[in-house]
Formats: sequence, structure tokens, C-alpha cells
Amino acid sequence: MANLTGDIRDIIFDTLRSSLPNAVEISEQTHIVDDLGLDSVAVMDFVMEIEDRLDISVPLDKIAEVETLGDLIATVRSLKDSA
Amino acid sequence: MSLFDKFAPLAAQYSQLEHAGANPFNVSFDNVISPTEAMIKGRKTLLLGTNNYLGLTYDPAVIAKAVEATELYGTGTTGSRIANGNYTGHQRLERALADFYGRKHAMVFSTGYQANLGIISTLAGKNDHLLLDADSHASIYDGSRLGYAQVTRFRHNSPDDLANRLRRLAGEPGDKIIVVEGIYSMLGDTAPLREFAAVKREYGAYMIVDEAHSMGVLGETGRGLAEAAGVEADADFIVGTFSKSLAGVGGFCVSDMDGFDIMRVASRPYMFTASLPPGVIAATEEALHQMRIRPALRRQLTENAHQLYAGLAGLGFELGPEPSPVVSAVMPSPEAAFAFWAKLLEAGLYTNVSLPPATPKGMALLRSSVSAAHTPAQISHAIALFAQVGQELGLIQAASRPELASVK
Repeated sequence: MANLTGDIRDIIFDTLRSSLPNAVEISEQTHIVDDLGLDSVAVMDFVMEIEDRLDISVPLDKIAEVETLGDLIATVRSLKDSA
Repeated sequence: MSLFDKFAPLAAQYSQLEHAGANPFNVSFDNVISPTEAMIKGRKTLLLGTNNYLGLTYDPAVIAKAVEATELYGTGTTGSRIANGNYTGHQRLERALADFYGRKHAMVFSTGYQANLGIISTLAGKNDHLLLDADSHASIYDGSRLGYAQVTRFRHNSPDDLANRLRRLAGEPGDKIIVVEGIYSMLGDTAPLREFAAVKREYGAYMIVDEAHSMGVLGETGRGLAEAAGVEADADFIVGTFSKSLAGVGGFCVSDMDGFDIMRVASRPYMFTASLPPGVIAATEEALHQMRIRPALRRQLTENAHQLYAGLAGLGFELGPEPSPVVSAVMPSPEAAFAFWAKLLEAGLYTNVSLPPATPKGMALLRSSVSAAHTPAQISHAIALFAQVGQELGLIQAASRPELASVK
């Protein structure tokens, strides 16, 4: 499972880097709205890319709870585990 | 510290627009003259930013019914239908809507927004699943948040992505309910409804189609996209509004499903709000009648939509993917949209500005909408003003400028 966690983090970071207009330093502590300046729709669009790559669906109430990239990694990991 | 501190960034943007003296989110009409003209800051202004698709707001028959019902039944119902009683007009309008759509049941809500809130939040229960098109209207998102179902969104207008999400839910208990719109209000694009219907059938889901912007616009008899696409049997629930083609205010849902009427005592946005005033109900019933007996209005609307779309496309503006009564020009930035909007208003043309997150993909839009009541000369004039301002702001090439026509 540790490997999958690492994979998920890579996938999320890769997806984010390719969807942001400028190169930004990102970590698990990066706050998605405050640090990246994404609005609510942009966050949902970004999550959609991750959903495609991992073949999961992230419910909107789960997205609403996510604040940092670390939160997102944890949410996606638990959904992928239970899929 | 203030309770409103959390709105500081929004407040800064808003006050900037107010100080500039041109705030698209706070326009006042001194007077409204007709479905297509109003006075703004003492200037006669052509209205290209309403949702008055059939131009029925000043229809004499519609006004007469509103006056008559107001005199007979008073200005308001002062309460909700379940707590304070039904008026015959509300029930008659529901029968008229059911008849128009050829369905057994119809329910009237006090706004179109509440129709989505009331239907979506109630139909989808705790263990059910809502699948929303990503570009859904705020009322659809809000309705899904008001309920207890799990909500996911699929890529805008993508039957494949919808199918993927239904596949992922295949083993899950609970009903699956898809929500799509006939015409999307930001870019004026329509849903691929035949393909959505096929996916819906394959996975045994239900489908709600919001025809707010397509009622009176699309379909052989104006029932909307489901009629135009020939998939009405797959649209288990049609939601719509009275505030666009029907020139009033209010919303509705029609369905053929047995048991639908229980919604009247289960849907909180229906139960806990005052019902529409008798004058509004009577006007809406007459507007529905006018819409049914005057298909020429729909043809004129379509011609006007094509004229505006072709005109703006010809000037080099980037528009939505297909002609519809909603014609939006993509602006390079919110600032450009504000500047364009303000210059058009100065020149006597009223349009709308739409910004993210209300718009898809972070787009800043200058949104126009046409009415059957617009004359071809009015639309030509609007196109000429777009050309003039587009060149002034350096957004389009000068060569494409048509002659500025005078409005008759």
C-alpha cells in the first residue's frame, strides 16, 4: 500500500503541475485555494483529471472537505482502496 | 474585525466596479419601455441581456390576465399551499403545464431556482447518487447540496464520462439520477441528449432535464431539447422556469411517474415558501397559451439568434459552439469584459458580464441574449456596436467592421 500512496502523490502532483499556468513549488502542505489561487470550479476540474487517471469518482462533499494537497492524497487513497 | 471580513477580496472587486461608475452587477433601469428597450441613466438603451426569449412581458393578453386575477384574488397568497391553502389558478396552471408536456403530473414552485432545489434535494435520498453535468447551473449544485445523496459531476456534455461514472457506481446500492440542461446559460450550448438518454437506459438511471433556457425555444412545439432530440420518454423529470420564455417568475416540474404527487408533502422548498401571487400565476398560464398558439415567435427567435451569432462570428469574436438565443463572446480577461460591457452601455446597448466560477473553464464572457421581439434592425445595430467597441479595445480586426446602422 505504501507504493500506491507514493503513486497517488506523484499522480496528483503531476496532474497539478500540468494544469497550472506557472511552475509553483508544491508539497503536501500546499493549501489548494490559498496557495494555488484556484476557485471552486477550478478545484473540481483539477480533481476530475485525477479521477480519470485513477478511475475513481470523488464525491463533491469529499472535495469540499479537502484543504491541502495532503488532504487530497488521503481522500483519493481511501477511495482507491475501497474501490 | 467584522463578520464581513471573509468577503474582503470580493468587496474590493465590487467597490472597484462601483467607483468606476460601471458595475454590471448593479444596473438600474430608470424605466422599461418594451421587451427590447429601457432607459438607463437617462439614455434609451437596447436590451440584449434579458432572458425575455419570446418577448411576452408586455403582451396585452398576458397583462390583462394578470390584472384580472389580481383584482379578483388579491396581490398575494400570503402563505404556502400546504399550510395556507391552494388557489384554483395554481392548480389550473399545473394542469396546463401537464397538458403541454403530455404528462400526468406537474408541480409549480415559486422560482425556477426553487424548482431545482425542491426536486433534486427530495428525489435523491441518502443512499442515492446524483450525477451532475460539470457546467450545471448554481441551482442544480445547490439543490444537490441541500439533499443527502452522494454527488459527482461528469465532464460537460460527455456521455462517455457519464457512462464511466455510472460504471464505477454499478455495484453500489441506491438509485442513480442524472441531471442535465437543455441549453446551458453561459455559452448557449445544448446537451447531446440522445446520447445521454442511451447511457441512462444502459445503466438503468433516472434523468432530470432542466429546460429553463430551452422551453419555448427548442422542439416542434417548444417543449425544449428533449422534444427536439426525440427523447422525451427518457426525460423522467422536466424542470423549467416561468421567468424566461413565459415572461413571469416561478418554476415547475412535470413527470409521468406514478407517485410523483408525494413530493408536495416531502419537498421542503415547495412546502415552506409562499406560493406565487395569483396575478403571476394567471399571467404565466396566458403566456403558456400564447407560446402554444404563436409558433411564429419561436421561429423569429431562432432567426434573431442566428443573425446575432453569425454577425458576431463574422467580426471574429470567439463564441459558444452553436447558435442559440444565448450568444456569449469570450473575452481575454475579466477587465476586458468589464471595459467592453461599459463601452457598449455608454453606446446604448445593455448586455451581461459572466465571470468564473459561474462560467466554465475560467472564462470571462460578454453574454448577450436575443428575444423574438428584437427587430432585425436592432440586432444589426447591436452587431455594429460590437464591431465599434471591439476595434476600440483592439479585440478584433478593423477590416471586419460593418456600417453602423441606425435603429428604426
